[in-house]
Amino acid sequence: MFIKPYGDTSNDGAVQLSFTLPVKNCGRAKEAARLYVQKLGFQKVDVVHAAPLSEEFTFFVAYGKTDVALDYDKVEYAEAVDKYMSMDEVNDFIKTHFKRKIVIVGACSGTDAHTVGIDAIMNMKGYNHHFGLERYPMIEALNMGSQVPNERLLAKARELKADAVLVSQIVTQKDVHIKNLTELIELAEAEKMRGKTLLVVGGPRVNNKLAKELGYDAGFGPGTYAEHVATFVVKKLHERMIGKK
Amino acid sequence: MTPVKSKLGLSRAKIDKARELAAAVTAPVQQFIDRHTTVTIERATLRLLGADGANSDGVPVPNLIAQQCAEKLSGGASLYYVNALVKLGKTPAELNKAVAGGLDLSQIELTDRKAIQKKADELIKGLDGRIAGNVTHRNAKLRQYKDKVKSPLIYVIVATGNIYEDVKQAQAAALQGADIIAVIRTTAQSLLDYVPYGATTEGFGGTYATQENFRIMRAALDEVVDKEGRYIRLVNYCSGLCMPEIAAMGAMERLDMMLNDSMYGILFRDINMYRTFTDQYFSRMINTAADIIINTGEDNYLTTSDAVEKANTVLASQLINEQFAFKAGMPARLMGLGHAFEINPELKNGFLYEYAQALMAREIFPEHPLKYMPPTKFMTGDVFKGYAMNTLFNFVSKATGQGIHLLGMLTEAIHTPYLQDRHLAIENALYVHNAMEDFAGEIEFRKGGIMQKRAQLVLDETIELLGEVKRHGLFTAIETGMFAEIKRPRDGGKGLDGVYEKSPEYWNPAEAYLKRKLKIGK
Repeated sequence: MFIKPYGDTSNDGAVQLSFTLPVKNCGRAKEAARLYVQKLGFQKVDVVHAAPLSEEFTFFVAYGKTDVALDYDKVEYAEAVDKYMSMDEVNDFIKTHFKRKIVIVGACSGTDAHTVGIDAIMNMKGYNHHFGLERYPMIEALNMGSQVPNERLLAKARELKADAVLVSQIVTQKDVHIKNLTELIELAEAEKMRGKTLLVVGGPRVNNKLAKELGYDAGFGPGTYAEHVATFVVKKLHERMIGKK
Repeated sequence: MTPVKSKLGLSRAKIDKARELAAAVTAPVQQFIDRHTTVTIERATLRLLGADGANSDGVPVPNLIAQQCAEKLSGGASLYYVNALVKLGKTPAELNKAVAGGLDLSQIELTDRKAIQKKADELIKGLDGRIAGNVTHRNAKLRQYKDKVKSPLIYVIVATGNIYEDVKQAQAAALQGADIIAVIRTTAQSLLDYVPYGATTEGFGGTYATQENFRIMRAALDEVVDKEGRYIRLVNYCSGLCMPEIAAMGAMERLDMMLNDSMYGILFRDINMYRTFTDQYFSRMINTAADIIINTGEDNYLTTSDAVEKANTVLASQLINEQFAFKAGMPARLMGLGHAFEINPELKNGFLYEYAQALMAREIFPEHPLKYMPPTKFMTGDVFKGYAMNTLFNFVSKATGQGIHLLGMLTEAIHTPYLQDRHLAIENALYVHNAMEDFAGEIEFRKGGIMQKRAQLVLDETIELLGEVKRHGLFTAIETGMFAEIKRPRDGGKGLDGVYEKSPEYWNPAEAYLKRKLKIGK
């Protein structure tokens, strides 16, 4: 099935864009914006708004229509987990299958100072009425906070014999998160932790595909709650356990 | 804007009670502060006396001198610096060069104390002239362009990592209507125990705070000041392990505001509590002397805890910040006490709670230029919803007479602001603020209604919390997680090894000058 954006008619290919060009706001600038959007491959381009940001920058809002269509059947993407369990279901699952508590260590590692992501998943309180992992009776959760060096995160995981390590990355300027996540994977590889301890990454610019490419077991993006991460961790651990038997 | 009577029906006696409790909470901490100095206070003092520059490895001259002094820091590092100036007959610039080249000041035999004191007096006189000159300049510009002053002042952030890119974005934002530009620091600078030297073009999520970067941005904004006929304020971060040094640099380079909180570093950056309390005092004296408005960081409580449940921690922290600031000689007009619009947008009547909280802060702190922070925690990739949330935030800010209004960015949850994000934010704020210019004077609230009850409840809970903090003492309260649900042991965290008990012969001419100027301890 081929798909295109839907504006107000099937397959009209309507797209809304907004962007800034480094030129002074004038008629010529507006025409340049129109031509630029056209060059991006859009047709019937309308520059509906132009506003000066300074003497040398102008902001535009534009609409265009595209002919580009995509075969949806050929799109491949696997979520970390097909079906998520609730907090209680996760606890029951652990009680039934593991007969011990699952240990999870998390941090926002590297130089990143933002705890908001790891807190949303791990802190007792959780986020948006979804309790965090600290609240799970069958999970031993340790949130190490932000600016934790990768070495320390892994050392702590070893010390506590963690089943899973969660790493959050919020700052993504100049792809600093990719560098840091790569470093963590290399360290885990050197410590022979990969394949044993689950390595899970989360952040606003992270998804499962990126995480897998980097060598993580799973990745979670915006809109993730603790039960999503917990479901993945316990199911994956269980898979490995029965696989080994 | 001082409200004549409380629209929220807040009891004057209860407000006084809350303030008394905060004073009682901070008093024992102040006793500790008065007996101690820290390595960064000593480096700040050296900077105020003229120490600057760095060696070929990038180690700043004030750090080199502090390292040379080692345990002698408990007597004050400036003694060795001023002594060297006298003995070697060098100017500060010449001496800085020599220190950068390897000269050890602690090995130079001490000369006559009177000569040292005389030299210090001369340096302090120069410092006082420089700071007073900055204050005079700022006040003259504010007076000259006073008809362009907006209420609240519009505050935006730049954070490219490259000071020269920051300049472009800051100038663009100022031209569009921003009154205040904050240059966000690079991630992790708060944990560096030195201030980097020179102009910088690399940083993550922000730009290094250096004296040269301060100077570059100040000059760039001054260009806009005369072009626009509006004074543009510059902000940086007087926080982390180098709090007093940043204050010193800001005072010398005419920054206008500083983020400066008495507990933020302890709770959110795991800096040792003794270190932070001691540092915040010295930095606030400098900020006061330079007429710099501080912004406290209460918004952070709400990004880690629930904004409805923990609203009392915000008010408690505001009161504690106020008391610590009073102790540093700071008048209320320089206290930009912080709070934020962080209630879950899904919550029924959430807007009323936000409005009540903001108005409560205004009524309890009538002379303070309150710093109001936008939604961040519940911002998502849905930029359109985010823009709507920012509109409500802009509304509450104007309706409650906030002083410093940090604009929300529609792309808050996605990336550091694009040029156009700031433009859209400024447009939104200017529209809302203009459309409801006199709204605050037109409205009153139903007696015993949702808003009155909410504000009264938060005040009651604050009194309860402060009472408990007083019973345990602030150090223990922080150790047991009474703020932001974060526990910090008193001997844990970073920077404790840089705290020194002042020796009986402790000498610090900058401290003496600040206390004299601010009439502290009289």
